[in-house]
This record gives sequence, C-alpha cells and structure tokens, in this order.
Amino acid sequence: MSSTKEEAPAVRVLGLWASPFVIRVLIALRLKGVEHEVLEEVVGKKSELLLRSNPVHKKIPVLLHHGKPISESLIIVQYIDEVWSSNAPAILPADPYVRAVERFWAQYIDDKFPRGIRILKGTVDGNKDEIVEQLSTALQLLEEAFLKLSNGKHYFGGDNIGYLDIALGSHVGWVRAVEKIAGVQLLDAAKVPHLVAWADRFCAHPAVVDVLPSADRFVEYSVKYGSFFPTRPSLPTE
Amino acid sequence: MMKRNLTTHHSATLSAMERQEEDEDRVKLFGFWSSPYVYKVEWALRIKGIQYDYIEENLENKSDQLLEYNPVHKKVPVLIYQGKPIAESEVILEFIDEAWKHHGDRILPEDPYDRAMARFWVRFGKDTLSPPIWKWFTTQGQEQEAAYAAAVEQLQILEKELDGKRFFAGEKMGLVDLSLGPFSYIIPIYEEITGVKLIKEEKLPSLLAWMDNFLNSSIVREHLPPMDKLKLRCQAIREAFLKNTN
Repeated sequence: MSSTKEEAPAVRVLGLWASPFVIRVLIALRLKGVEHEVLEEVVGKKSELLLRSNPVHKKIPVLLHHGKPISESLIIVQYIDEVWSSNAPAILPADPYVRAVERFWAQYIDDKFPRGIRILKGTVDGNKDEIVEQLSTALQLLEEAFLKLSNGKHYFGGDNIGYLDIALGSHVGWVRAVEKIAGVQLLDAAKVPHLVAWADRFCAHPAVVDVLPSADRFVEYSVKYGSFFPTRPSLPTE
Repeated sequence: MMKRNLTTHHSATLSAMERQEEDEDRVKLFGFWSSPYVYKVEWALRIKGIQYDYIEENLENKSDQLLEYNPVHKKVPVLIYQGKPIAESEVILEFIDEAWKHHGDRILPEDPYDRAMARFWVRFGKDTLSPPIWKWFTTQGQEQEAAYAAAVEQLQILEKELDGKRFFAGEKMGLVDLSLGPFSYIIPIYEEITGVKLIKEEKLPSLLAWMDNFLNSSIVREHLPPMDKLKLRCQAIREAFLKNTN
C-alpha cells in the first residue's frame, strides 16, 4: 500500500533541535537508517500533539511509532535498538555485563550534566565553581571509562558509536557552549585527552554531524531564550 | 527457597584453587538490611532462582571491598558477577534479566513497546513519585501538606496505569512491580508514623490491592525487612529531619 499525503509517517519525533535529549533520538534513528519526520516544537508553547502524546511529563523528545508514543530519550534509544535490531550497527552491546556498565555511566551522565549545564548557562542558580569541579571530576571518570570500554578503538562502543557514545556525545554541544558562556574549560585536552579526541570524532560521525550543531549555535540559542523562562528556566525537555 | 549465606565457603574438601574458582563464580550482593534498593535486587534473584552470597555492609563504616567495587557512588546494592561489579538497582535488575534470560520468569516483557513502557514507569517511580513521598515524610506543616498533595497527584497517575491489574506487569510481577514494590511496606509505615493516610481506598483502590498482592506474593513474603526495626529507623529519620529544619 503506498502512503498518501493524509497518512502520517510511521516514525515521527517531537522535538527541539537544541535539546541534547532530542539529539540522542535523531542520532539513533540515523544510525539505524530509519526514515522519520521531525516535528519541531515552538519554544515556550507546547503543541497539542505533545500534550496528548506525553500527558504525564509534557516533555520532549517523544517518538511516535505508528502513532504510539514513547518518551524519555534513553528509553527511546533502547526502543529503536530493539525494534530495528536487524539494522546494523547494534546500539547496545551484546554482552549483558558491558550493557550494564554502559547503562550505569549513562545514568551517571544524566545525573551530572543537565543540571550542571543549566547552572553554567545561568538559567538556574548555583555555585558555578563547584559545578565546574563536579563536571571536571565526572569527565575524568568518563575518560577512564572510555579507556576501559573502547579497548583502543574509536568509541565507547568500539568500532562504531553506541549507547554510551550517544548518551555523552549528545551533551557535547552544550558543554562546548557553556565553556564559552561561562569562560571555563571542561573538555580540556590536558586533562581528558582521549575524551577530547573522541568528542571530535563523535561530532564528525555521519549519524551525528547534521543533528549536533556547533557550539556557537547553542550559545546563540542561550542568548535568545536565556531570559525566556523567568520562573521555569529549564528547557521544556526532560 | 533462597538463603543468604553469611559466610563465603561451605566446603572444606575442595582444593585451594577449586575454592578460589568457585568463589569467583559465586554471585555476591553487597547490601544493607533496610535498603529498599537491595530488596529489589534480592527479589529479582529469587525470581530467577539464583543463589548468592550476601554481605551486610555497615554504611557508617563501609568496607574496603565496597569502596573498591563502587568507587563512584560508594553505595549498596552492588552485585558481583564473575568477580565484576554492577551498581545502581535499576541497572542490576535489567542485568539479572539478561544474564539469566532462560532461568525463571522474565522480569522485563519481550515486546519492545512494553519494555519501553516498563522502563518509563520505573523512571516515574524514581524521579516523579519518590521525591514528594519522601518530602511528605520528612517535613511538617505547609511544606508537608504541599508534598502530600503532590504525592497523591502522582499516585493517581499510577492508579490509572495499574487499572485493576493484579500487578503492573499483568498476572505475574515484573520490573515495575519490583521497582515500586518497597512502597507496599514503606508507605504503611510512613502512614503509621505521620498519622496520615496516603493511599485511601476511595481514591486509590487498585494501588491498595496491588500493595497487598505484592506483599503476599510467594517471592516477597519470604523476604522482607524486619518491620519493627524498620519502623524505628524511619521514625528516627523523620525526627532528625524535623530537628534540622527547626
């Protein structure tokens, strides 16, 4: 049956280009070669479709697969990996123990980076010096994790990008942006040389390059919308 | 019936090398008697029929082993599999389901969409439901009232999701049940201590029934924390919080 103009595409993503969580979903879909439509939300005004699709949290990203909504970026990435399991590459590693290690670090990354970035951006109050130290420590630990997991190869996932690459890599845009905004060094080649090299490779990867813009674009976004949410400063993302 | 072995070796007739190999293959769990996260892991191991050695930690004087196995968070539970550590209860639960895929019941469903939903509700429990419940238990006055209202709002969402099912996973318990399970005994304790009912039959009948189903299931009823001791501990925690804010 051919698709008509009235039929919605099978795979749609509700998102905002500047959200690292949305970026994760787009990378995963591109990695798997899945055709999809992106519906860009308007900053500050949630669409009816979003409110209907994620009534509990009303946040992006939401993946709509044949109309069925899935939310939470890391959950969506795993869903994509499981549904399109016959499309290479595998996003999660095959070994249960290595999967557990990657999931551990992905959780750690989301515990540290989103809040830290918001504080350094200035949209949420916090002690910037303390945050820089926390994020530097986190990056140090991730540098060590990279050495163990990559086993001399290019990515956390080995020869190709995988779950943990996507989890951390999606934050690189904002990390580099807040380095400029706050005048700090996070991805410091002297302290975390392997991660710096990895970040460059990740950003240049074909599945990433068109959905992870340069740091300057994130800085522009921050300037444009920084004062947009006086009482609810965070992005309308998870 | 699963037993926790508080000693690590039981056979004196094995050679030293055999004992070492056997020891490395033993699944170990570092835990603490009152930690709900530890219980989730223990119930999961029981669902799969996995024998394990349990090591009780003194959280005020953590062992070198724990600090070595979980240097990032220094917390329990930590599962040791073939000498390698796994931390964070949600991560451990998924690992248990995958490492022992063909043992016992599945903890996560097969269908990718159902798996995504299960993971969604686990996160909901952790990020959205737990904070107001904790706040309700550790505050008083207006702050407590606001937290109570927020907790009830989230519980109503959960009630809708449960919708009269025996367990969140259906006829048998699954990931979401294990993850939310400790609430089935913690909330009644909190209610007793605060003198306020959080889960009322008129408003949350499915959840009330689920709590009963969970506590009475064969896996759970044979392994629960000592309730009197736990109640005293919770009481002390509430008092400490109230003292700090005065």
